[in-house]
Amino acid sequence: MTSSRLAAPFGLRLDRARSLSFEFNDRRMSGYAGDTLASALLANGVQLVGRSFKLHRPRGIFSCGVEDPSGLVDLGSGATRTPNQRATLIELEEGLCAVSVNCWPTVEFDLGAVNGMLSALLPAGFYYKTFKWPNWHLFEPTIRRMAGLGRAAGVADPDRYEEVAAVADVVVVGGGLAGLSAAVSAAQSGAHTILLASGAFLGGSLSWRSDAQIDALVAAAGRAGVRILTRTLAFGVYDHGLVCARESLAQGSDRAAALHAGRGVLRERLWKIRARHIVAAAGAFERPMLFPDNDRPGVMLAGAADKYAHAFGVACGQRVVIAANSDSAYGVAESLRAAGVEVVALVDRRARADIGVDGTSFRTMTDAGIARVDGTTSVRGCTAVSLDAAGRPETFECDSILSAGGHAPAVHLHSQAGGKLRWLEDAAMFVPDGHAPGLVSVGACAGIFDREVAAEHAAQVGRALGCGLIPPVATPQGAGRSLASTVLPGMTGKQFVDLQNDVVVGDVGLAARENYRSVEHLKRYTTTGMGTDQGKTSNVNALVLMGDFTGRQPAEVGTTKFRPPFAPVTLGLLAGRRVGALYRPLKSLPAEHWHQERGALFEQFGTWYRPAAYPLPGETLDVAAQREARAVRESVGVLDGSPLGKLEVFGPDAAEFLDLMYVGTMSTLSIGQARYGVLLNENGIVVDDGIVARSSHAHYWINTTSAGVERTTAAFEEWLQCEYTNLRVVVTPVTSRWGNVTVAGPKAWSWLSTIGFDAGFAPGSMKHMTLRTGALEGVPLRVLRASFSGELGYEVNLPSDHTHWLLERLWARAPEFAAVPYGIEALEILRTEKGFIHIGTDTDGTTLPGDIGFARAVDKKKANFVGRRSLLRPAARDPERLQLVALASGDATTPLPVGAQIAAGSPPTRTEGYVTSSYMSPTLGAPVALGLLARGAERLGERLRVHHLGTTVEAVVVKAPFIDPPGERLNGERFDG
Amino acid sequence: MMRIPCINCGPRDENEFVCGGTSHIQRPALDASDETWGSYLFFRDNPKGVHLERWRHAQGCGRWFNLARNTATHEVLSVYAMTEAPPP
Repeated sequence: MTSSRLAAPFGLRLDRARSLSFEFNDRRMSGYAGDTLASALLANGVQLVGRSFKLHRPRGIFSCGVEDPSGLVDLGSGATRTPNQRATLIELEEGLCAVSVNCWPTVEFDLGAVNGMLSALLPAGFYYKTFKWPNWHLFEPTIRRMAGLGRAAGVADPDRYEEVAAVADVVVVGGGLAGLSAAVSAAQSGAHTILLASGAFLGGSLSWRSDAQIDALVAAAGRAGVRILTRTLAFGVYDHGLVCARESLAQGSDRAAALHAGRGVLRERLWKIRARHIVAAAGAFERPMLFPDNDRPGVMLAGAADKYAHAFGVACGQRVVIAANSDSAYGVAESLRAAGVEVVALVDRRARADIGVDGTSFRTMTDAGIARVDGTTSVRGCTAVSLDAAGRPETFECDSILSAGGHAPAVHLHSQAGGKLRWLEDAAMFVPDGHAPGLVSVGACAGIFDREVAAEHAAQVGRALGCGLIPPVATPQGAGRSLASTVLPGMTGKQFVDLQNDVVVGDVGLAARENYRSVEHLKRYTTTGMGTDQGKTSNVNALVLMGDFTGRQPAEVGTTKFRPPFAPVTLGLLAGRRVGALYRPLKSLPAEHWHQERGALFEQFGTWYRPAAYPLPGETLDVAAQREARAVRESVGVLDGSPLGKLEVFGPDAAEFLDLMYVGTMSTLSIGQARYGVLLNENGIVVDDGIVARSSHAHYWINTTSAGVERTTAAFEEWLQCEYTNLRVVVTPVTSRWGNVTVAGPKAWSWLSTIGFDAGFAPGSMKHMTLRTGALEGVPLRVLRASFSGELGYEVNLPSDHTHWLLERLWARAPEFAAVPYGIEALEILRTEKGFIHIGTDTDGTTLPGDIGFARAVDKKKANFVGRRSLLRPAARDPERLQLVALASGDATTPLPVGAQIAAGSPPTRTEGYVTSSYMSPTLGAPVALGLLARGAERLGERLRVHHLGTTVEAVVVKAPFIDPPGERLNGERFDG
Repeated sequence: MMRIPCINCGPRDENEFVCGGTSHIQRPALDASDETWGSYLFFRDNPKGVHLERWRHAQGCGRWFNLARNTATHEVLSVYAMTEAPPP
């Protein structure tokens, strides 16, 4: 016989009128609405649920709640498959499907179980000792396959998750008697109160019997305005009263229907609640007994068996033996008998019970423990021995063994909030030592197991918090007496301390002998308390044992730090809506529509979505970019440069400030003049570049790189607000305020003048690197003559909502000039041909201004500037530094791959540098490249070997630029018309 | 996530701010020794207890300000302007 369904009235939560069918390991079964997967499996006689993490031991349902170490399944299939879900927490749904974890080919016949037979060879620290030579990574893949639990879905999650922020005076965690009492009295005292209950029902440990006091409190909570969130697990308490909780949504048929229709549902909601006060009312966990083979399917916590009988109408066995270390076992025995379960014996580890046990109808042994369990994938019987020398072993036939080792208050939130713990000798449990900062514990998690006392104390706490008074500290009571250690002397066989991680008593002993005595070392060395349950059933037993092995009290051993999350949460919950396109939202150009009409191929460049090129029908990206670059050299092109960073710097001290920021000297610029500037950080590293133009005595217009504008603005602000606080300067970022239409090519001016630009902008009146303001049809313009292409260039800045208008104006006259729109790819070709660098592409995190040709600019400048002192360090003057060079292909045809390493010898060898930018030049018909090369400045003409993915090509260090060395085109001296 | 009292806007969640690390660090002059410059760039105390640091309300008003915080408890003891001396 085995576990089975009980008839009504047992099963308070069940709706027996609603039968649900589900699948477990491809076996079709049925349960009732109100069942959990665990209760439904037990009702179907399924006790073997999965295989353990390391030894592949058969495991079953061990508890009835969040603490369950072994009843893990993978839930769902395909995209919604969710690994390592607790069967005890899964609400049964029609069509639910679940499979066992960590077994192959099946849970009944699992090849990995050979590990169990070899277990003597696999003690704690086995991996550390055995697989360190020659290298752990050789063994890791195999071991990772053998160990482990469930499998994650291989495809994207179709479901949605959202985040909600809230504030409250009081947040109560736990919907049991104590939590409800605290919430009601807090709300009645005027506090805005939120109560979070992890399950679907209120009442906590009383939720599975009908209870008049709970019903009255729930009604009172409603009247008092307590906001109650059920199915909401508070998983973490963070700084300054922040409570994070997961609300589970989309239960049952809603989700099934949505999945069937191939779409996701709103699955979970993350609550971030900022609370003035937090009340922890999280209850307690039952502590398991330690005896050989205490992990067999059919061994279960006694309180869980009681709950299965009354709440879910499931008998965990027909004949049970109870292993006890607490008076609570006697109550469970009577309760189960009432449900028709035969209690064969109660084996009490203590010398006596503290309650009246006369007249029990079952065999009671004291000072005794279980010495042997019969059965492998289920329990067939057990043998109990007495510590009394006169006592004789007794063998019992049974199909379930219940473990009642005492209780462990759920002090997790108290500890997360920074609270201290103390050890109660009598009850053998850790309880909160006073209040934690911002958090008060009530009920069982405060060590109060007496019902009336718990309710009264919790109500006092709620009132005090609501009235702004100091709440009373709990006085633990009512837990009864338990022994700290339940291990019988002289036992052989595996006594599992941690079922999830296969840690046995001997492993703790080994850790003690090898001097891993600190509780934190014990955890890492043996893995006890790790995994998806974080030792909710194992921690106390493990540290009591460590105390025994090292002659210390549990209080001296202490506990490991409790960290959030209290229970596993999905990554989807934490990511919320910040996934897919919203993970890093891209910025769009104001004239995006115009580019679409021109057939632009859009790509992501930094945080912008902008045209890479404008391929004609049949053209590839590369072919289009070559054509566009050639058109700019031969006639004219237009580029939407709107993402270019734009800053305005105002104030009487603006010139002095910019001298401090840039390598170049900006204070000597005359009005209307512009200058290229390199920006360093305090380590002397080149972090940005751009053009600084002077609009008036106290007003500069600055173009930074598109990617660097936020960083540069922040740096300017930090220097102004934190260091140069005496300077009267205001920095205004205006990137999105101003659009930028860049017209470049020999016919640039002709094109602009055709659409009405006045003669003042003509190359003859306006020199390269000057800024001039004006207007076109009343639209204000700030026109900078500058060039990143090496051609006559106009950067026309105008209010961004007029960008589209100007592009249209130009486009109407484009055919006369064979003008083209050009994208980033063509721009990259053009600037590489000119040897113009792109910060972050042709520089890295070590590049100093001297490495990119600015040594003289630094030497010439007398004043201090950010990063200057760092340029005087010995490392900055190292002759072996990587320096920017122009590279040509050795045979003038083979391109040099970007990222390819330069080295004289063959790999593996020391690198001398690498290729940073490389393009085919449509003008030269040959590849052109830039690179960083050790001693690059003095190696002109040298032939280099460039290595890339197993091939080697030759390169030559040449003089930049590749095109128009005198700069005639750039200066507009060759412009047409 | 801490609550940071912006000197300009009042208490806001930590994720609206960036932390600029230790405050009141004197920037050495250009003729400082390599050692002095190196310790200015790279060496910081890591106290358990009160730490004077600077924060910027990056997702708000943009202001930098000083904040005295206990690194062990995350208690915020005071906030004061960049140009003010640390509290006694």
